[in-house]
Amino acid sequence: MGIVDAAVDESQRRGVHVSAVHLRLGALSGVVKDALMFSYEVACQDTALQGSQLIVEDVPVIVFCPQCQQERKLASVQLFSCPECGLPTMDVRHGKELEVFALEVSE
Amino acid sequence: MSEPRLVEVRRNVLKQNDVIARALREQFRSAGVFVVSLVSSPGAGKTMFLEKTLTQLQPRYRVAALVGDLATENDAVRLARSKAPVKQITTGTLCHLEAAMVQNALCDWDLNTLDFLFIENVGNLVCPSSYDLGENLRLVLMSVTEGEDKPLKYPTIFNSADVAVVTKNELADAVEFDWNAARTSIQAVRPGMQIFRLSAKTGAGMEEYLSFLVQQLAEQRAVAHI
Repeated sequence: MGIVDAAVDESQRRGVHVSAVHLRLGALSGVVKDALMFSYEVACQDTALQGSQLIVEDVPVIVFCPQCQQERKLASVQLFSCPECGLPTMDVRHGKELEVFALEVSE
Repeated sequence: MSEPRLVEVRRNVLKQNDVIARALREQFRSAGVFVVSLVSSPGAGKTMFLEKTLTQLQPRYRVAALVGDLATENDAVRLARSKAPVKQITTGTLCHLEAAMVQNALCDWDLNTLDFLFIENVGNLVCPSSYDLGENLRLVLMSVTEGEDKPLKYPTIFNSADVAVVTKNELADAVEFDWNAARTSIQAVRPGMQIFRLSAKTGAGMEEYLSFLVQQLAEQRAVAHI
């Protein structure tokens, strides 16, 4: 799994032990959080990350509304319209993230 | 062992895929080939739709296809009936195609000899949405038998697509398909997306969609030569 690979790579480069992986997960990333949590432990087996914890920060979809000239948080990924004025918009600024943001490490 | 501390690393997990996809897109642009990827749920009719697309473009354009499938080569065999070059990518247990698989599959093909390349993804409306394949156009296919609210159930893949095709239209009356409801749900998750309604089986509506592809090819080449 790419998350484990990225974290193992970082831990090796820095020569540290990783106890937790902080992941930023966008609502539009295409990754199902429950499935990810379930498979994380399995993916960590026999790697330097075995026994580590996965901490997921959900990132909502933020769009730019051309009418309000402001970034707005979508209430639902089923409706790509400005929650204030109702104008449909596809100008997505956040929400596609699948990023290993930080690691909890010890030397 | 020292106290744990937090270090910021900010690693995009799919970066490797995105890097390969960008290289592919550049390769497609310089070869002048227009690349369409197809995503849909299993059984929506991707293979029949692609077979008809290849057959109907074939007399006027040089076309080829890559087909992703979990285990069998049945799709490639069916598509080969169109006489277009077809290559199967068997993904094993993987539920989607990745850019590296496309790159490997294309390594012995001369893209300069093609006008259109179609990439049929594995039948799945979840995972393929995360993986850029370097395509110029992502086409999401849904059939009238799947229900009007399919886009609301799988908003991410519809949102990531550029054009939608609603197929098996010959069955629309039998399943009392509500075309307005379908259009509303597609537009809710992907405002402004162009939608084609057709029947791959009878051929009704194919002409408009094929003209659209031809126009896209012309536009891509016009931009590439500026």
